[in-house]
Amino acid sequence: MAVTALARSPRAQLRAARKRDPRQRRSVVLTIVMALFVLYSVVPLLWLIINATKSQPDLYSTFGLWFGKDFTLFQNIVDTLTYRDGIFVKWFGNTLLYVVVGAGGATLLATVAGYGLAKFTFPGKRAVFAVILGAIAVPGTALAVPTFLMFSQVGLTNTPWAIILPSLISPFGLYLIWTYTIDAVPTELLEAARMDGSGEFRTFFTISLRLLAPGVVTVLLFAIVATWNNYFLPLIMLSDPTWYPLTVGLSQWSAQATGVAAQPIYNLVITGSLITIIPIVAVFLLLQRYWQSGLAAGSVKQ
Amino acid sequence: MTSTSIVRLAQRATPARRNRRDWRGWAFVAPFMLVFLAMIIAPVVYAIGLSLFREQLFGGTVFVGLNNYLAVFQDAKFWQALGRVTLFLVVQVPIMLALSLTAALALDSARLHGAAFFRIAIFLPYAVPGVVAALIWGFIYGDQFGLTAGINDLLGAHVLEPFSAQAILGSIGNIVTWEFMGYNMLIFYAALRVVPSDIYEAAEIDGAGAMRTVFSIKIPALRGAIVIATIFSIIGSFQLFNEPNLLKILSPNVITSYFTPNMYAYNLSFAGQQFNYAATVAIVMGVITAVIAYVVQLRGSRQESI
Repeated sequence: MAVTALARSPRAQLRAARKRDPRQRRSVVLTIVMALFVLYSVVPLLWLIINATKSQPDLYSTFGLWFGKDFTLFQNIVDTLTYRDGIFVKWFGNTLLYVVVGAGGATLLATVAGYGLAKFTFPGKRAVFAVILGAIAVPGTALAVPTFLMFSQVGLTNTPWAIILPSLISPFGLYLIWTYTIDAVPTELLEAARMDGSGEFRTFFTISLRLLAPGVVTVLLFAIVATWNNYFLPLIMLSDPTWYPLTVGLSQWSAQATGVAAQPIYNLVITGSLITIIPIVAVFLLLQRYWQSGLAAGSVKQ
Repeated sequence: MTSTSIVRLAQRATPARRNRRDWRGWAFVAPFMLVFLAMIIAPVVYAIGLSLFREQLFGGTVFVGLNNYLAVFQDAKFWQALGRVTLFLVVQVPIMLALSLTAALALDSARLHGAAFFRIAIFLPYAVPGVVAALIWGFIYGDQFGLTAGINDLLGAHVLEPFSAQAILGSIGNIVTWEFMGYNMLIFYAALRVVPSDIYEAAEIDGAGAMRTVFSIKIPALRGAIVIATIFSIIGSFQLFNEPNLLKILSPNVITSYFTPNMYAYNLSFAGQQFNYAATVAIVMGVITAVIAYVVQLRGSRQESI
């Protein structure tokens, strides 16, 4: 349609077409459509931020998407952090512990194993593949009840281990590192390192790991999200509030608002929710460049 | 020069080493496999074991063979829960994936103002924990101080009732769509980015318009990504728990203890202490999920090869 100069070579035609090509022009209509998508995605978060600044009475009496009569954000934060002797701070610390050990461990195990699967041939490799691929389809929550029963028999329930141990396995992470390694780490490089007398693990930690960095960051981020957002497993495993992560704690606070001896603390639930999502959103924004390239590489080979 | 010949030498040496039964790979894979056996395989085996027994009021635990499975298949509550998540899946997953696809194609069109902002803003809800998402939307839906109440006041009637029996699945679907639309958009967008640009140039030379390019090049190129996203969404729908379990606090009469299969298994275990029966429900759901995921994958890849 844009091609008018038939006499020119295809390349020149293309270049000429590109200049007037509608694909290259910014579209106002498309931008408005996308703005609607953004609105849908962001309005609930705006609601959360705005309502975290309100006092409990203002929550009931003022319009949801605008500020209340009093600006009580700082008071709400103080109240959230000090309610019941600072149990929220304890939950925050627990969540950090589960994330650092659980997601960190999951990333380490998946990276080392994914690399091993990609770069070595060994007896039983096919069986390993089959078992792991099969396990991806097993719904995580189907395992929760039997895992709880197993843990209760060995006395692991109500301890941090009940949350950390099941978090250590990320079949998806292993799959991503495996596909990523095939492209990112040339076999020739490994052979050269072997010729120089470098041990396999030394080669892995000094050479390969650096090449795998974007893939590792991607796996780490998604493991962090999974652990930070984990709700079902801790809900089952923990009965002692001192070991709760933020998710279970917040849902408990929210449930406290209904029932017989109801004591609504909605302002604390809302402010606590805001405090819960800030670190994870910050991590995503700061590491954008890494995980977006890692995700792109992972999608090449589906 | 010498380094390339060394490389070639090394490549030639590899098959010989392979024949000598090379166990070095196991050093890398073993730690993962050990934890994997303990945390995935052992619970599965244990659950299967549990499902074959029944705890009786008198006489302790007895072996009942497949009786628990027969009971599950005749359990109206189980079927009702399964039917509900199936309905949810059939409606919510296509809507969400269509929205994600639209957003990804718009991002990829290079015709947006501020594409990078759109990409990250739409993705943002994925980082929000499901619990917090359910809490936020629960508040918004609420008639005490929610936006819903504001809209209803404005209209002067109870037009929106997110917690009514008719609307509750839609209300949950909205939360799930909000959480995962941006994630799926990024998966699609990442897959679109690797389409070689000379295909587009060729299409342009052939006079293909933007819409034609979308339907003849971009969507076929996304088939693999769509299959993967569909499988993950199916698994997610069958596992539905967090959102209904949290909304149950706000709407206890509409959301039952067996609203989804997962809630049913949970309540059987922790409210009813029927661990054997709960394990059976979990296994049946696991098998159904795996079979459907497998069929989707099979269909997806078969169409690809045509």
